[in-house]
Amino acid sequence: MIALLLRDLRLALRAGGGFGLGLAFFLILTVLVPFSVGPQSTLLGTIAPGILWLGALLACLLSLDRLLALDFEDGSLDVLATAPIPLEGALAVKGLAHWITTGLPLVVAAPALGVLLNLPGAGYGWLVVSLLLGTPALSMIGVFGAALTVGIKRGGLLLSLLVLPLYVPTLIFGAEAARRGAAGLDPATPLLMLTGLSLGCIALLPFAASAALRMNLR
Amino acid sequence: MTLLVQNLTVARGGVPVLTGVTLRLDAGKALILRGPNGAGKTTLLRTIAGLQPPLRGTIDGAEDRVAYGAHADGLKAMLSVSENLRFWARVYGEHDITAALAAYALEPLRDRLAGTLSAGQKRRAGLARLMVTQRPVWLLDEPTVSLDTDAVAMFAGAVDAHLAGGGSAILATHIDLGLQAETLDLTPYRAAPDARHGASDEAFL
Repeated sequence: MIALLLRDLRLALRAGGGFGLGLAFFLILTVLVPFSVGPQSTLLGTIAPGILWLGALLACLLSLDRLLALDFEDGSLDVLATAPIPLEGALAVKGLAHWITTGLPLVVAAPALGVLLNLPGAGYGWLVVSLLLGTPALSMIGVFGAALTVGIKRGGLLLSLLVLPLYVPTLIFGAEAARRGAAGLDPATPLLMLTGLSLGCIALLPFAASAALRMNLR
Repeated sequence: MTLLVQNLTVARGGVPVLTGVTLRLDAGKALILRGPNGAGKTTLLRTIAGLQPPLRGTIDGAEDRVAYGAHADGLKAMLSVSENLRFWARVYGEHDITAALAAYALEPLRDRLAGTLSAGQKRRAGLARLMVTQRPVWLLDEPTVSLDTDAVAMFAGAVDAHLAGGGSAILATHIDLGLQAETLDLTPYRAAPDARHGASDEAFL
């Protein structure tokens, strides 16, 4: 399992691995928002938590189609499915690797990008906390979506269509927690819901993803 | 331990391709599958490997004992040969890859990225992966594709050593490897083309 995690991290960091792609997309998206909305700092401050959460979500989505498709193409998935490690565990580890290479950099970069959107001072801590608690759910839902669409030629668009509706609850509670934090209100309730969502995804989705993948490998 | 396949019916895309396949593979023995293209050699191997369920019949003695070598080599282009092999070795709980590197003359290539190898060199690295799994039953699908005569001899030697060590192997191949092996022709087991037992779920896709 650790070998698989190290391999996925190493592949992500090598040329063509896609590390930093999501981060660059997140940066560009948040830079573009003030251009399209206009420079009114109060308006930007109001929409900043929502924009940052939406940006993080789309950046996460961007790298999902590589998650299992590359392993499928070179035959590694067949071998992993017959290897002594359980497929559920292998998929959970792949989700973890995706989170470390995509979700975690977004969490770290979000406060810096909050400055661009004039996020109110009280909101920075809660933005980071909400992203930290919510992005694992995004990665695990992504693994499930990737397992559903693996083997379909150019399944990236289908993957986005399948995964985006599943991201809705995470987005609602994550953005709400960040918004309440920025407005100086108590963000505990949405944060608890968000944490519950993430934990539920981590606990259940590896099994669903593994079942979907076994169907697709036939 | 013996691999026992009894009265197996396998399907590809919901259509049965082979019915009533019965075979027995004892330790130290090899079995060569023959049959024209599309006879169902790959499907049979994937079923024995556990990648797809059989429509009917039983497979005994394959659980967690097989190493499957498919058309694709399972190599990552951006990892070196030794990194690729060491990864698979660790997945299978084994750490020494020197024997596998030596058996396929991969020592000079160990630090090359797998993506820069030629097709035959990739194949050799893919076959070396079977050695680091330490699994007793090898299932090989067209293992000699793109290998030159020297490499075919290396492969035959590796299979011989595996059999001598108490392992066994099922190979789907069209060339003569010079192995002491039984041959199973799959043509008599071909399923009748209109026998659509396995209702396909792919109509919805």
